[in-house]
Amino acid sequence: MLNFILRRLGLMLLTAFCLTFIVFYLTNLEPNLEKLAKEQNNMRMTDPQVLSWLQKNGYRDPLLSRYGQWLGFVPGWTGVDEDNGKQTGRCVRRNVDNTPSYCGVIQGEWGMSTVFGEDVGKIISKRLGATGWLMLWVMITMIPMALIIGVLAGMREGTKLDRSLSTFSITTTATPEYVSGVLFIVLFASSKYGLSPLFLESGTILKGSAASAIKSITIENFTLPVITMALYGLGYIARMTRASMAEVMTAQYIRTATLKGVSFKNVVLKHALRNALIAPFTVIMLQFPWLLTGVVIVETLFNYKGFGWVLVQAASNNDIETLLGCSVVAVIVVLLTQLISDIGYVYLNPRIRVK
Amino acid sequence: MENMSGISIMASILWSFLPVWIGIIVVFAVSMKYKQSLGLYGKLFNSTVGMIGLGLLLFWTFTALFADLITQFDAYSQLSGMKNKLPGTPVPGEEGAYYLLGGDRLARDVFSRMVYGSQTVLIIAPAATLFAFMVGITLGLPAGYFTGRLDSVLSFISNLVLAFPVILLFYLLVTPEIRSTGIPIYLAALLFIFPIVFLLILFKTRFIAQPQKLKVYVSITLVFGLWAYSGLAFNADPFGVWSMDPNLLNIFVSVVFVNSPTVFRIVRGLTLDIKTRDYVAAAQTRGETPWYIMLWEILPNARGPLIVDFCLRIGYTTILLGTLGFFGLGVSPESPDWGLTINEGRKLISLNPYPAIAPALALMSLVLGLNLLADGLREQSLKD
Repeated sequence: MLNFILRRLGLMLLTAFCLTFIVFYLTNLEPNLEKLAKEQNNMRMTDPQVLSWLQKNGYRDPLLSRYGQWLGFVPGWTGVDEDNGKQTGRCVRRNVDNTPSYCGVIQGEWGMSTVFGEDVGKIISKRLGATGWLMLWVMITMIPMALIIGVLAGMREGTKLDRSLSTFSITTTATPEYVSGVLFIVLFASSKYGLSPLFLESGTILKGSAASAIKSITIENFTLPVITMALYGLGYIARMTRASMAEVMTAQYIRTATLKGVSFKNVVLKHALRNALIAPFTVIMLQFPWLLTGVVIVETLFNYKGFGWVLVQAASNNDIETLLGCSVVAVIVVLLTQLISDIGYVYLNPRIRVK
Repeated sequence: MENMSGISIMASILWSFLPVWIGIIVVFAVSMKYKQSLGLYGKLFNSTVGMIGLGLLLFWTFTALFADLITQFDAYSQLSGMKNKLPGTPVPGEEGAYYLLGGDRLARDVFSRMVYGSQTVLIIAPAATLFAFMVGITLGLPAGYFTGRLDSVLSFISNLVLAFPVILLFYLLVTPEIRSTGIPIYLAALLFIFPIVFLLILFKTRFIAQPQKLKVYVSITLVFGLWAYSGLAFNADPFGVWSMDPNLLNIFVSVVFVNSPTVFRIVRGLTLDIKTRDYVAAAQTRGETPWYIMLWEILPNARGPLIVDFCLRIGYTTILLGTLGFFGLGVSPESPDWGLTINEGRKLISLNPYPAIAPALALMSLVLGLNLLADGLREQSLKD
């Protein structure tokens, strides 16, 4: 088992290397650097000005050397400011006298964001916290609902209940966040249309913006983003649970229990449920990376400044170091959930052991 | 002229779609009549879910085809005085012309834009899915059949692409800056070669004993394939028949690139499963070549799950295209793309929700149709 985990961690490291290098390469393409220079200064920079800015800020070192600087294997670039003679460089920080020669990921430094003008590590950890709350509430609403729908639909296959719940799950998987979000906003958060004018004299039932949820989460400002995200993921988990439940219900031991005279309720709750929930566990774990895309859409839609919002800001401004930080987070989320789902599967299902 | 009432708006919208209704009825009537001899497609008409799905898909297909007949306006014209108007507002100066779903913030007809928005989606989504399947099948079959080092390398690459958050990948791949580096063209050159390779191997293995036939098929594939290839990937078609807008090519290539690894994984998994069957062993004993076994023994037996996934994947690709439009990636800001229109419309949503709701419901119903169709197909193919 330990060997298996070590091998997976090694693979994870290799994937992270490749992925960050691809991001690094794509963000450092000449037109992207030019765009970055212009966005940092002004849009009407001439070509020589762009080149000299890039030269001054260490963007002219060879690509591999700069990737090494980001990792912390290669000493950070240094230079001297022509105007005031002060030392400049990757590792120069304000209010710090002695400049270290290495400052990369290995040294725990994630670089400076060009959009936010702050330390990338700080930005990402702060924004991940905000997204963490969103994810937490999405999970709290989505998982129980999905499991209940799946179990109810799967326990008696082919009945009306099954048909209607299955149709509901299919509909939710066909409704991406940017569709359901817009519909929910009209339904609950518009003062002229939807349900609000029917029940309230003025104002809206829920808020269409979650900007204030960064400070304090309330039902008013957080319900819509949470349901919007939960709904899209819900259908998939529910369908997997249904399939798993339906399969378990045809098993021999369920028939034996029924023939012994155990009530249907007890057959479902005591005999079927535990075995039926093994497969959905894997699905739920693998759902996390998928939620990452959802986070980006929902945070943009509801103006919630979390990780997804940072990603969009960084990507649209070609903020290289922030994007690298974001992709590291993404890789860790994807591969860690895969690992947990594999390990969890083994523990839940004693019939399968890792070779 | 006065504004139309709710009921008459509904009635006029239904009336506008007349060519679509006729098309759906014709297709359903013909299919029902001959359903015995139509295989899996015919069996679809035994399942309500499948029929509803097919109906929704046909609705949007015919809408895209007959867009000019359905709409009274084009997707771009801005008529003065129609800014943010309510549904059913008459157009001043034109007798009997109405903005059926109102006007958007640039005074364009919401209804016409929704109808025209279906056109790009219904070309790009199925075509991109088809290309992704070609890539996934051509690489997934040998990976599952031979396993070993080839499999490790291909699986690593596909997992690498899958570990990327889709949005980040789109932000990196679909930008005007990337277009000027030529990366989309290299990617297109790589991805578009797969259908040609696939067809060549397909014919080579089938007609190895009939050199006459082989020559005909191979030369047709090469002539047409390379002709289309030169036009689509490099925009260098000498006759100018095949060409693709650079914007569109960029979106197309990125969507194929994102979808291929998943298809690869599915095909690889199916191959691993099917290659242990007796008929594969029989073919091996007969001395068939590995590629013959893969394409003519394994692939036909994997068709059930692949057809179902194909439908689901077109729906997923539609959602991806909407996501791209929503973030304004790779679409011109004027175009009636659904995702883009939703994003535009949500800015004034509390004032005038219709410009956002119309494309949102359109996109949802198309994806729902594809998902229901996939469900019906799965149900019917399991009955065999």
